[in-house]
Amino acid sequence: MIVERPRDLLIKKCMAHGFMIVFLALILFPFFMVLSISFREGNFSVGSIIPENPTLEHWVLALGFDYNRADGTVVEPPYPVLLWMWNSIKIGLIAGLGVLALSTISAYAFSRIRIRGKAAMLDGLFLIQMFPTTLALVAIYAIFDALGEVNPILGLNSHVALVLIYLSGVTLHIWTIKGYFDSIDTALDKAAAIDGATPWQTFRHIFLPLAVPIMSVVFVLSFIGFINDYPIASVLIRSESQMTLAVGSRLYLNEFRYLWGDFAAAAVLSGLPITVVFLFAQRYLVSGLSDGAVKG
Amino acid sequence: MADTTVQVEAGSSLPRLLIVGLTTVALFYVSFYLYQLNQPLFGAILLAIATGFAVIFGANRFYGARFIFPGVAAVLTFIAFPVAYTIYIGFTNYSSFNLLTYDRTLEVLTARGAIDPSTEQPFAVAQDGNSYRIWLPDSGLLSAPVDLASEQTVLVEPGEQPETLLARRDAIKLREGLGLLTLETPDGGLIKNAGLRTFATVTPDFVQTGDDELTRSDGTILTANHQTGFFEDENGDQVPPGWRVNIGTDNFERVFQSAGIREPMVSVFVWTFAFATLSVVLTFAVGLTLAVILQWPHLRFKPLYRILLILPYAVPAFISILVFRGLFNQNFGEINLILNALFGVEPNWFSNGALARTMLVIVNTWLGYPYMMLLAMGFLQAVPEDHKKAAALEGAGALRVFFTITLPQILPPFLPLLIASFAFNFNNLVLVFLLTRGLPDIPGTVIPAGETDILASFTYRLAFDNAGQQFGLAGAITLLIFVVVAAISYANFVAMRRAAARRGGQS
Repeated sequence: MIVERPRDLLIKKCMAHGFMIVFLALILFPFFMVLSISFREGNFSVGSIIPENPTLEHWVLALGFDYNRADGTVVEPPYPVLLWMWNSIKIGLIAGLGVLALSTISAYAFSRIRIRGKAAMLDGLFLIQMFPTTLALVAIYAIFDALGEVNPILGLNSHVALVLIYLSGVTLHIWTIKGYFDSIDTALDKAAAIDGATPWQTFRHIFLPLAVPIMSVVFVLSFIGFINDYPIASVLIRSESQMTLAVGSRLYLNEFRYLWGDFAAAAVLSGLPITVVFLFAQRYLVSGLSDGAVKG
Repeated sequence: MADTTVQVEAGSSLPRLLIVGLTTVALFYVSFYLYQLNQPLFGAILLAIATGFAVIFGANRFYGARFIFPGVAAVLTFIAFPVAYTIYIGFTNYSSFNLLTYDRTLEVLTARGAIDPSTEQPFAVAQDGNSYRIWLPDSGLLSAPVDLASEQTVLVEPGEQPETLLARRDAIKLREGLGLLTLETPDGGLIKNAGLRTFATVTPDFVQTGDDELTRSDGTILTANHQTGFFEDENGDQVPPGWRVNIGTDNFERVFQSAGIREPMVSVFVWTFAFATLSVVLTFAVGLTLAVILQWPHLRFKPLYRILLILPYAVPAFISILVFRGLFNQNFGEINLILNALFGVEPNWFSNGALARTMLVIVNTWLGYPYMMLLAMGFLQAVPEDHKKAAALEGAGALRVFFTITLPQILPPFLPLLIASFAFNFNNLVLVFLLTRGLPDIPGTVIPAGETDILASFTYRLAFDNAGQQFGLAGAITLLIFVVVAAISYANFVAMRRAAARRGGQS
């Protein structure tokens, strides 16, 4: 380990790279396949990785346009992928901002303000956080079914209902941001207090500007989490025009209407932007997660 | 220029109190409105929120609590309340057979009626100022003016056809008001709207003849049974639809005593644990191995490897799971094509229980190892290089160093995250649902239960997937899941405390 003979080292290097390349080929195989399938003709066809007769049909359909085949038939897009994407992004943005506001303010208070029962409340939040909202699906359905009778905006099939339920995802983020605030020197708030700043002013003018990096991570994380949510959205949203991407994508691989090619194009189209955003955020994500969870 | 700065009184709280007061009054009003609309539960919740808001934002003592009020209120309303409500539903018979409230059930039953086809006659509507008249051309009868706004009975008398009749399309717009209307003919008969085009004698199937009592058109007396949530005749035959009632622990007794439910549930329960354990162990093993290789100082292209290796984590799970659903397809999936070319086998991944379970674990390992790898890379950096060097000098091989020095040092901080991962996979509804839907089904069960079903997907299918919509039973099973999750959650809490204490002790 410390002193290596050059020949052994070379063999080890080759083995390491060889292992990595084989492993990566296995792992990345689905991505190559999907890309290839999205350019193939038809929805059932099988073929080589590089399609023999590449066609843009699935891509044109995924972008929401009619496609004119060479034989003159016109194919209409099976599902409104772009509308679903817009729904997902809209809900993700609004709920993400809501979660960000709620969790930042709470995290500041938990980190800095003396409140009776604070430790117990924090422990409670941590325990509650382990109960995924998916477990309360039956109640969520019943609640919004009943609320819909009062006002359809709050009922099933409404984006407002979805955003409201997503606001419950603040618990983990409160912990993450609190961990960050805890690492800020208390001399800062003392200085502010001496200058006569109220806790709110200290938060607004000192902590908020400092917290921008962690806040952007929390925002991106919750945004991606909401876009990826399937169970809650599938219970609350029923009509095709209101669906989010996660709920709608499932329709492509229905046993009775199996649109493998159309799905592949839609998947690449909608998956790519989210993947890129995630790759930018992942660096902060892990440090946030492990710190937030371990700092007591 | 004169000094115009005004010293703002820091303690002036009048504007704040005014805003708080107005908001509270508005919230109180809405909660009263909810109460009036027969939603006392939601009314009470809003009332509680409004009271909390008024107290915390009104009184200066609670200045600090103002910051956490919104977050805590959101958690209580959208997590704690649904959880509690789920448990409550577990004690009711809420299902597609007992879907409505008692009042709605009464309305539905009394609105049913049999139309006598021999009395059917077409009608037309004529505008008469702000009200309408009904014209029955077959019998030459014209009604008195009606406003079609509420339930009412009016006389029809022989008359002349009005000059202008509303077009059919406009008459259809009035159908809600027409449905409430009863016409009394000169011979004393009562006719009601019987569809878009006709009026006819309608005999109601059920007439309310007392509290909790309905009389059917054949004379049978039905009484409301608030134990079962159905109207029943004296033989105990139930008339659907029923309403929701509290049935105590019946759902739990069904779970524990009915063999048709208990046996598949035990199988689902065991598989859920096996699945979660396998997922954690495999993702941890693969992720840690990769992290160790990536930490090797002599390896080049590390950033490239790293970014490619976390791709499965970066792609939205709902997309990659569906991609695997396609790739594993038995007849035209690419995985079987390759297996067929190499070994001449075409496993039926979706209809064979053991294969379907294997597929689920493979896909979940693919999805989950990057997370473990990223975490492991962080923790590995914290292991002091000196310890490893010392061990190597003593003659320990690379593997020995790893298992005696590295692993014991990274396991304790890793433990809370492993437990959290276990809890996540215990409820990994998305994976099961998008990949297999829980199929193939276990043969010979009373309720739908599949070989790949985990508890969460099993409950989801009970509640939302099949004709039964057994919300009550699903709620009862959810309570059992809660107990398990609470235990895991507590274990995680303890592990986290220990890890924190250890870190605190070291630094």
